[in-house]
Amino acid sequence: MADVFKALADPTRRAILDGLTENEEQTLFEICSRLYATQRLSSSRQAISQHISVLEESGLVETSRRGRYKLHRINTAPLEPIVTRWLRPTTPAPTADTPETPPPTPEENP
Amino acid sequence: MRLHQFSVLVDDQDTARTFYTEILGFQVRHDIPMGEARWLTVVSPEDPDGTELVLEPSMHPAVPPFKEALVADGIPFTSFAVDDVHAEHARLTGLGVAFTQPPMDVGPAIMAVLDDTCGNLIQLLQHKT
Repeated sequence: MADVFKALADPTRRAILDGLTENEEQTLFEICSRLYATQRLSSSRQAISQHISVLEESGLVETSRRGRYKLHRINTAPLEPIVTRWLRPTTPAPTADTPETPPPTPEENP
Repeated sequence: MRLHQFSVLVDDQDTARTFYTEILGFQVRHDIPMGEARWLTVVSPEDPDGTELVLEPSMHPAVPPFKEALVADGIPFTSFAVDDVHAEHARLTGLGVAFTQPPMDVGPAIMAVLDDTCGNLIQLLQHKT
């Protein structure tokens, strides 16, 4: 879960996720275009590419190749533990492959 | 000084001639045999004496990795102006053209990106008036 929070901590990465909810599959060019069109964010493609790498490591973005294009899509599954842990703690948690820290235990010191 | 010609690097000149004329709607200006390739240019029917687009063969070894890297990231290296991006998107999709990006409002313009079947992505751009 720490990876997810790290990924979400950056406003540009949150904006990338916002953009990916508007069109299911997007190339790097489209992601950059959307950031500029909607947020006037004009980071370099290389900088955006690095942000996407962080999102990929957290599992929030998945990439695949279709033909010659590399396409990105959002994966919201890593957000589910946040909902079940604090917002709906009584909801039976989906069977996780890797057990998380038990909910009552504080995760880390600030 | 004026713009005279610019080039797209195409994988196959026959395929390119067909796509750029029959699908996109350009007109052939020159198609002259030049050894193993041809001097092949097209112009817009809206400006037949205007800037020519050279359909240049991409046989130089540096070209394929260059094109592949651009296409993988969805980057259109060339852009054509249209009056109505949504109408062109509908027309070309009907003709089987693949778009990597549907029409999108980017503020001063609306743009879309299509695959030219010759290894390039092409941007269609409509400037808002």
